Amino acid sequence: MEAVYTLIEMVVKNIVVVLVLMGFVAYTTLLERKLLGRLQVRPGPNRVGPFGLLQPLADGVKSFFKEDIIPDEADKTIYVLAPGISLFAALSMFAVIPFGGTITLLGREINLVIANIDTGLLYLLAMATLGEYGVVLGGWASGNKYGVLGALRAAAQMISYEVALGLAVIGTIILAGSLNLGEIVAAQEGMWFIVKYPFGFIFYLVAGLAEINRTPFDMPESESELACGFNIEYSSMKFATFMIAEYAHMFTVASIVTTLFLGGWMGPWLPGPVWFLIKVFAVIFFFIWERGTYPRLRYDHIMQFGWKVLLPLTLLNVVVTAALVALGVL
Amino acid sequence: MIGIGIGFKWFIFVVAALVATGSSLMMVTRKNPIHSALWLIVTFFSVAILYVLLNATFIAVAQVMVYAGAIMMLVLFVIMLIHLEWGAQWTSSRSFAKLMGGIITIMLFLQILAGVFTYSSVGQHGIYSAQKLAELGNTRAVGGLLYGKYVFAFEVASILLLVGIVGAVLLARKRKD
Repeated sequence: MEAVYTLIEMVVKNIVVVLVLMGFVAYTTLLERKLLGRLQVRPGPNRVGPFGLLQPLADGVKSFFKEDIIPDEADKTIYVLAPGISLFAALSMFAVIPFGGTITLLGREINLVIANIDTGLLYLLAMATLGEYGVVLGGWASGNKYGVLGALRAAAQMISYEVALGLAVIGTIILAGSLNLGEIVAAQEGMWFIVKYPFGFIFYLVAGLAEINRTPFDMPESESELACGFNIEYSSMKFATFMIAEYAHMFTVASIVTTLFLGGWMGPWLPGPVWFLIKVFAVIFFFIWERGTYPRLRYDHIMQFGWKVLLPLTLLNVVVTAALVALGVL
Repeated sequence: MIGIGIGFKWFIFVVAALVATGSSLMMVTRKNPIHSALWLIVTFFSVAILYVLLNATFIAVAQVMVYAGAIMMLVLFVIMLIHLEWGAQWTSSRSFAKLMGGIITIMLFLQILAGVFTYSSVGQHGIYSAQKLAELGNTRAVGGLLYGKYVFAFEVASILLLVGIVGAVLLARKRKD
């Protein structure tokens, strides 16, 4: 009987988390458009519903009724699969992130994380690489030269920044002594890792921005030179799926930053999930803010920065952090 | 309860093993190199599932991260960069390379079959049982072995990789004429 209850708990938890996550993702798009508007001294979307609050719904309905085009030159199977791969990876990354402690519901202790696995951090890195396949394959399968260029850029950028991303989180592993995200959160009780390990936080933010292809690293879809790059041929729900995946990925990366460096769900007075959301949206606010602030970098500059600046710095950071921990300073 | 657990494991093993064999067959028979690369990713995934069934979660995740993620991304990048996907076709249907490849494959297959049918022992038992691994933590166990008992082999492997990188940089360097 216990097994059945566990199964029901897992299923319900999955469904609830995915639905809530999708809701937040939908409203992240509105937040981005509103904030970007304010940053550029214009009101942003404000026609659909009060303060434009129904805009995500309207966007969803609109893209649903658009004509779905598959180009003649496209590799049909991969063209259809690519947005799904993106969304799958972005959503499944969220599975290992703890968004609260334990709550008691109907006499059962429920752990507020979907999968509490031993190698959670590595799982996140693995899934992050898979997410990029959606972009690369989507661009290639469109049979469009701009699409292929976007795909190539996405692949090169991912290979370059994945290394720095992995090296940036090693410090947190050293400090927490675990790859389990729950234990990493627990290790930050009293002192967040952003205080102990500030450079790792900065490097992770930079490499994370490159991973989710946001300005200044939005090479795969740079409108001004590639005419939207990898998603140039996509329309209707496939395009919308790419968009949802992009924002879900942004939400997930913000959650990872929160979990690894900002003390996760822990905080005084308020319940865990509320603290978690506050911190996540603070990070998302930063992502939107910097998008409104910085111009796009040039492609070769991004590559040079990744290999010649970020990689040596993150390596040095790992060595210094390990030495400080060994000496007992941290 | 244990019976159901083992049955479920057996079921997952059969599915993962079938997918692994099927996708590797698909990989070697596709004309388009991009499709081959994608089937290879599927193979890596199903092999990762087999590792999970063997209680080697660290190896499984590392396999997905390094092989299915980074290395295959590099392979895709190279295929797209030099436009292999519209070029590489066999000019003749019966070439010498195909014949040799076939012979070698059949020999290897027979060798494996002979191994399976003559060697009955299930292999050596290591010191790490499933219970001990769960107690110690998978990553900790692998890390302890890599940086303890096998540190020499580990360092040799890393130097080998470093030599590879240096060689690649040397080849790609612009010559000053």
